[in-house]
Amino acid sequence: MAVDTPATSRPARPGAPGLRRHQWMAVLRAAVRTPRGAAGLALASLVLLIAIIGPAVAPHPPDALLTTEFAKPSGQFPLGSDFLGRDVLSRVLNGGWILLIMAVAATVIGVAAGATAGMSAAYLRGRSDGLIMRGVDVLLAFPQIVFALLLLSMIGPKLWLIVIAVGVSHAPQVARVLRSATLDVSERDFVKVAELQGMSPAKILGKEILPNLISPIMVEAGLRLTYSIILISGLAFLGFGQPPPAPNWGYMINENQIGLPSNPWAVVVPAALIALLTIGTNTFTDAIARVAIGVERRPEEAALVTDLGPETAE
Amino acid sequence: MAVTTTRARPETPRRVAHPLLRLVRRRTAFGVLTLFLVSIVVFVATEILPGNAATAILGRNGTNPTRLHNLEIRLHLNRPLVDQYWTWLSGLFTGNLGRSLANGQPVWSLVEPRLVNSAVLVLVAGVIGSLLGVALGAVAALRKDGWLDHVSSVVALGVTSLPEFVVAIGLIILLSTTVWHVLPAVSLLPPGTYAWDSPQLIVLPCLTLVIVIVPYTMRMMRAAMIESLGSDYVEMARLKGVPERRIVAVHALPNAIAPTIQVIGLGFLYLAGGIVVVEYVFNFPGVGQELVYAVNGRDIPVIQFIVIVLAAFYVFVNIIADVIALLATPRRRIPR
Repeated sequence: MAVDTPATSRPARPGAPGLRRHQWMAVLRAAVRTPRGAAGLALASLVLLIAIIGPAVAPHPPDALLTTEFAKPSGQFPLGSDFLGRDVLSRVLNGGWILLIMAVAATVIGVAAGATAGMSAAYLRGRSDGLIMRGVDVLLAFPQIVFALLLLSMIGPKLWLIVIAVGVSHAPQVARVLRSATLDVSERDFVKVAELQGMSPAKILGKEILPNLISPIMVEAGLRLTYSIILISGLAFLGFGQPPPAPNWGYMINENQIGLPSNPWAVVVPAALIALLTIGTNTFTDAIARVAIGVERRPEEAALVTDLGPETAE
Repeated sequence: MAVTTTRARPETPRRVAHPLLRLVRRRTAFGVLTLFLVSIVVFVATEILPGNAATAILGRNGTNPTRLHNLEIRLHLNRPLVDQYWTWLSGLFTGNLGRSLANGQPVWSLVEPRLVNSAVLVLVAGVIGSLLGVALGAVAALRKDGWLDHVSSVVALGVTSLPEFVVAIGLIILLSTTVWHVLPAVSLLPPGTYAWDSPQLIVLPCLTLVIVIVPYTMRMMRAAMIESLGSDYVEMARLKGVPERRIVAVHALPNAIAPTIQVIGLGFLYLAGGIVVVEYVFNFPGVGQELVYAVNGRDIPVIQFIVIVLAAFYVFVNIIADVIALLATPRRRIPR
């Protein structure tokens, strides 16, 4: 039963029904064509490449004790050695991929959970809305890293728990943004048509509303990916990551910090890689936001301007 | 399954006190409720799993069932969860927070000096950072699309992408180890002294936090100011021929106050999370560093207290920012 979606009065907004199919590809392509998008993607891809092919090209095993501690760079060890005399280059090449996988997984969890909660709250309204948004408020009362640490204190720093903790800490913010986006969409005629035809709420959310939320979801996913990388590498820096002998960019900075005077590369290189990665993903997201939503503001800034203070009427 | 498409607004009778006062009261009550729910989340997250405080104290080799049982009785872990929760919650108000599982010290005397140090750090960084961010954001908005706006927006985009510990490490490399040696790389305070006794030790953590929040608050402020400058009444003033300077001072700025307060609030909120990593990097003896230690050692009473303090700070800052913003927004004063 194909529901013919009537063109809405809004002029050629990217969310308009005509662009539905492959819309996300179109947005990505348009974003890459902007200078910011190209620069961001290039930076992120460079780091991605290092993280992915790194383990295959590393000259030494990452946890072999090979030389003196904090040795300066030499022909054999181009980036010198770390606090135990391990090859920094090999550890750098091996220490990125797990961070990336965890960040992507946490982003998927956060965006999926947040989008589901936000869309249901906006569409179902009434008591479900109140209940979901109350939960969102409670979770928003924790700084993200504090919430993640609280969950980690339950059973210790298991990698899957870190991913879940970071993902869940994203969910309330995603829910807020998508709730307000859904409120807009669910007022439109094609949603009402579907309602009159007796479609179930779940189907309306999935088939009628979701396709119109691709742009905000893409922007949210980009933002949350950047924050996931920041949070997960930050947690690793604090010692909540893989157990010690495993290489990890975040923890490398921590364990080699005391050796800064003798071999700064053991700290500088992983820190620079994390920085390039987050700058890359964030810049690319910025380009997506400009292309997809058509404003220069991020959703968080837009929310600030439109929802000042508490709701006066309920 | 009737889905109402129009939001019904109950009529607001004019009998009650000042509408603003009602909003403030409502906002506060709402904050207290949130905090109550937060306390439940904290308690449940730390206590519900089988690996309770007693096993954490005895460690992995504490499998002796009688020792475990005795310890559980001493810590009241054998009582129902709701009971334990009430004991804990009332302890929060009476200052009886139990003892650290790591060293047996009372939680309050362990955390109190750190709380003071963190407060100093947050206050100094928050005031400097938010003022700087607000000023830069306002200037960028007024000179929208000028070179300053472009440069600052690119720089801000780059800096907001950086994790705090990368900024901190960058500063350590620049100012205290590899390039120059002007500031101490660690902020180890002599025992028994507070942060203000050795000001040079808070410079680097503070600078890190300022660098992190300035672009964040700047971007928000710029957006709010642009919104305000693009509004109908500013347009109207322009059409009337009001001089641009007067438009900014009389029409745009006052209407940007509410968002500015929100922005400053957001800056402080950011700091509540930011101190965790930054204090750890610099070995600054604050609650953030203690939280990391406590999570590492599964020191549950300490974790519970620090998390609830940070959440309370969060909720409190939100209420204050909202109330001030409410007072500063004229249209909110009219009952709807």
